[in-house]
Order: sequence, then structure tokens, then C-alpha cells
Amino acid sequence: MIRRLGLALVVALIVAVAVGPLLYAILTSLEGGGGLFTAGLWPDEPTLANYAAVFADQPFGRNILNSIVVAGGVVAVSLLLSLTAAYALARVAFRGRGLLLGTVLCVSMFPQVAVLSGMFLLIRSLGLYNSLAGLGLSYLMLTLPFTVWMLTTFLRQLPKELEEAAILDGAGPLTIIGRVFLPLLWPALVSTGLLAFVVAWNEFLFALTFTLTAETRTVPVAIALISGASQHELPWGRIMAASVIVTVPMVLLVLVFQRWIVSGLTAGAVKG
Amino acid sequence: MIAPMAIVLLAVAAWPLARTVALGFTDAGLTGGGADAAFVGWENYYAVFGGQPFGVLADPQWWRAVGNTLVFASVSVSLETVLGVLVALVLHRRFPGRAWVRAAVLVPWAIPTVVSAKIWAWMLNDQFGIINAVLLDLGLIATPLAWTADPLLSMVAVITVDVWKTTPFMALLVLAALEMLPRDIYEAARVDGIHPVRVFFRVTLPLIRPALIVAIVFRALDALRVFDLVYVLTANSPATMTMSVYARRELIDFQSAGTGSAAATLVVLVIALAAVTILMAGRLRRVGRPLEGAP
Repeated sequence: MIRRLGLALVVALIVAVAVGPLLYAILTSLEGGGGLFTAGLWPDEPTLANYAAVFADQPFGRNILNSIVVAGGVVAVSLLLSLTAAYALARVAFRGRGLLLGTVLCVSMFPQVAVLSGMFLLIRSLGLYNSLAGLGLSYLMLTLPFTVWMLTTFLRQLPKELEEAAILDGAGPLTIIGRVFLPLLWPALVSTGLLAFVVAWNEFLFALTFTLTAETRTVPVAIALISGASQHELPWGRIMAASVIVTVPMVLLVLVFQRWIVSGLTAGAVKG
Repeated sequence: MIAPMAIVLLAVAAWPLARTVALGFTDAGLTGGGADAAFVGWENYYAVFGGQPFGVLADPQWWRAVGNTLVFASVSVSLETVLGVLVALVLHRRFPGRAWVRAAVLVPWAIPTVVSAKIWAWMLNDQFGIINAVLLDLGLIATPLAWTADPLLSMVAVITVDVWKTTPFMALLVLAALEMLPRDIYEAARVDGIHPVRVFFRVTLPLIRPALIVAIVFRALDALRVFDLVYVLTANSPATMTMSVYARRELIDFQSAGTGSAAATLVVLVIALAAVTILMAGRLRRVGRPLEGAP
């Protein structure tokens, strides 16, 4: 009995620490003007004024749209490019395969700051500075190694007999990918795509450096740059409202796809 | 088949990295697009003008950033590993509502780093933050603490937020490893009446070690390049400035592409060195104690 009670207490503590800060942010975002600076956790007069102010003070709707467009586009391009590459890396034996995979893994370990100045020059020479296309291009460096690695891991687990039958029937690689593997790969594509989406959605350093105007900012930069009348009076209610707006969909997404994300994470890391 | 992926990676990873390394040997500004740059050799790294040392390697702030990064990475990864294993052990047990608890544990991981930095900055606010309020109420502190301003406390704050955010990742990886362990060993240990703590150190830990080392390497490399958390929580404060923050400040705030690129190149070297060290340490211990895996 005491042991069960102990376990229950530990579990309750874990849940409280994990979820508490987000709940506190939600409560703060509902506080009216002066309520922020008075004691008491629950807002005296719950109001959505902070949410309205977030959209009124800056092009926050536009920022959300930017984030969706960039992250969605990057995921689509990454999956497309990595699907064929992963097929070759997982199913075709050729010299230097291990080296190539190792190189791809190394790229995913790069500190972003290492490519910052080179990427800046690349984006500027293409005329893409302060544009979503330039930002998306830079994100490929973050997502592509990761999607290649994950899809290769997934493809390796499929039995060899699958494509042997197709090869005997005279099918080419693209037919094999499209007709044999794609139907089996949907779960892998969804979890890989989701994780890549999270990476692009959360990215901050490139977004801060390669965009200039409020209209091209993505959500993390917009939130980081919300400021008040002076450095010491940040509008915490509005910052928390903006945080809740971008976090709740992410949390729901992760919770809904929990099982797939966990299997994706463990496939990428444990078996690597 | 591989060519499109390889070409894109060359263009967005290898080429910018090469440009960064090359820029590190020039006096380029950021606005000139690299065209105005002149070769200056190792001057961005170290040079002596009129008896005064210059360059990144002569800058005490750079060395402080290296120290901050190493302290941050080692303390937070250690804490995450211990807490992650503990949380995984709890979640590995059977209790009602376990699926919901697992989902709840994922929440910090799902929150964007910038957002968690902002939420914690508010909770740690010196005047109105809930953490100071609770500590004051409990009588643990007499006056409010300046969490994000005080040099020592701001490092504590940054590490706390990082541990909070990334322990779920560690816990999930450890949990996945735990679930692959055969149950009969535990039956045997239970029949023999071996204390659970002893079972953990003699059986569980050696068996999950390979997965744990992979997770630690991933996390350590991640922690060594940390940028957004530190930048949002404490800005360019020298007390918490990490290598990435230093390099970006040189590059963007000071508009010095040469020095910034030199610093960025050094970041890569330090991280590569750290990765090799961790992997060697992991391997050496395995060779050194071959019987450790035997229950």
C-alpha cells in the first residue's frame, strides 16, 4: 500500500513538473491588465484581451502562416529527396555506402552557427535574403540528413523478398519505390515528416538571421522579439498568449501521433 | 538515385561550411557579400599588433564562452541522463493511466525552445514570477532572487530549463531500451531475492548502456551547440554566453564576418573534439571492464 502510494506521488510529481509550466502560461495569458502583477494563480477576470492584442500589435497571423508554409514546404522537399536516396542507401549494395551514411549523420550533428556566414552569403547571392524561400533552403540542412537517416532505417527493416519478386518481374527502382515500398512506408513517412516539421517549426537561429522584416518572420522569432515600452516592462500577458497559440497545436499534434513519434525517435537514435 | 539528395546537401551544408572556414581567414565584413574580403591569414584567430594580442583566441570572452558551454553541456546532460533514467524506470512500471502519463511527459519536448525559454523567463521573473513567490512563501529565501541577471543564478536557470525540456527525450529513449529487455532475467533476480537497486546496477544498467551512450552523445552534441535557449533567456550576458552565441554576436551584431567565421570554425573543432572524447570514453570503459555486462 505504501509503495503504491509512493509510486502515485512520484507519478503525480512527474506530471506536475512536465505540464505545470504550460498551464501556468495559459493562466497568465488569460489575466487582464493589472491581474498579472497581483498574487493568486487564477485570473480574477479571465479575458481574451491578450490574444486579441497579439494579432493587433504585429502581423502574427502572417507569422503563423509563414511558419506553416516554410515547415510544410521543407518537409515535402525533404521527404521527396530522401525517399529515393534512402532506397539506394538501404536496399542497394554499393561501395562507400557506409561512408555516405556516416557523412549524412555528421551533417545532422553540425552546429548551425558553423554554416551561418556561408549560408548568409549563399542566400544573398541567390537574392533570397529576407524571404521564405531562402529560409526554407537553409532548413534543408537541418531536416534532410535526418529524414534520409530515418527512412533508411525504416527501409532496412523490410524483408528482402519484397523487391526480389518485383525485380524478377522486371520492375525498375522507381516502380519498386512507388508500388512496393510506398504503401508500406506511410507510417514511417508520417512520423519522419512530423519530426522534421517540428524541427522546422521550432528553428530560431536561421530564422532570426535570414529574415529582417516583421512580415517575413516565423513564429519563434516573432515571439522572441515581442517587446514592451522598455526593456524592463515586457508585456508578459501577450507573450504568454502568443506562446499558447503556437504551442497548443504542437502539443496536440504530438499527443495524437505520440506512438508514431516515439517509434520514429527510437528508430533514429537507438538503432543508429 | 542519391544524386539529388547529395547535391542539395553539398549546396546547403558542405558549401556554406567551406565558405565559413574560408571567411575565417579574411577581413570580410558582412555587408560586402565576401567580395571585398582580403586574405589575412591567422589574424582572426591570433595576432599580435604593437605588443597587444588580438583575435578570437586572445579574447577572454571567447574562453569564458567555451567554459560556459562546457559547464552547461556537462551539467545539463548529466542531470538529464540521471532524471531520464529515473523517469523511464517509473514509466516502465504498470499503473492505471500510464498512457496518459507518458503523453504528459512528452509535453515539454513538444514546446518550441523559444516558447519554453519565454515561459520560464516569466516564471523566474524576479518581481512577479511564481518561483520567487513560492520560495518566499515557503520561507526558503528572504528576498526575491534575480534569476536571469545574477551570474551564477542565470547559469542555474539556463540549465534548469534545458533539463526540463530535454529529459523527456532521454526518458523515451531509455524507456524504449527498457522495453526490449527480456523479462526472464528479472524473474530470476526476483526468485534469487536480489535487492532491486542491485538488480538495476548489475543487470539493467549494463544492458541499456549501448542505448544510453548513443542518447548521451546525441544530447551532448546538441547541448554544445546550444543557442536559442540561452539567447532568449539571458541575451548576450557574458555569464551564460555560449560558443554559438559568441560566434553569432561577432558575425551579426559586430558585423565582422571574418572573426565570426573564425569563431564558428572553432565551435566545430571543439564539438568534434568533444564527440571523439565521449565516444572514446564510452568504448574504453567497455574494453576495460569486459565482465560488467555479466549479471
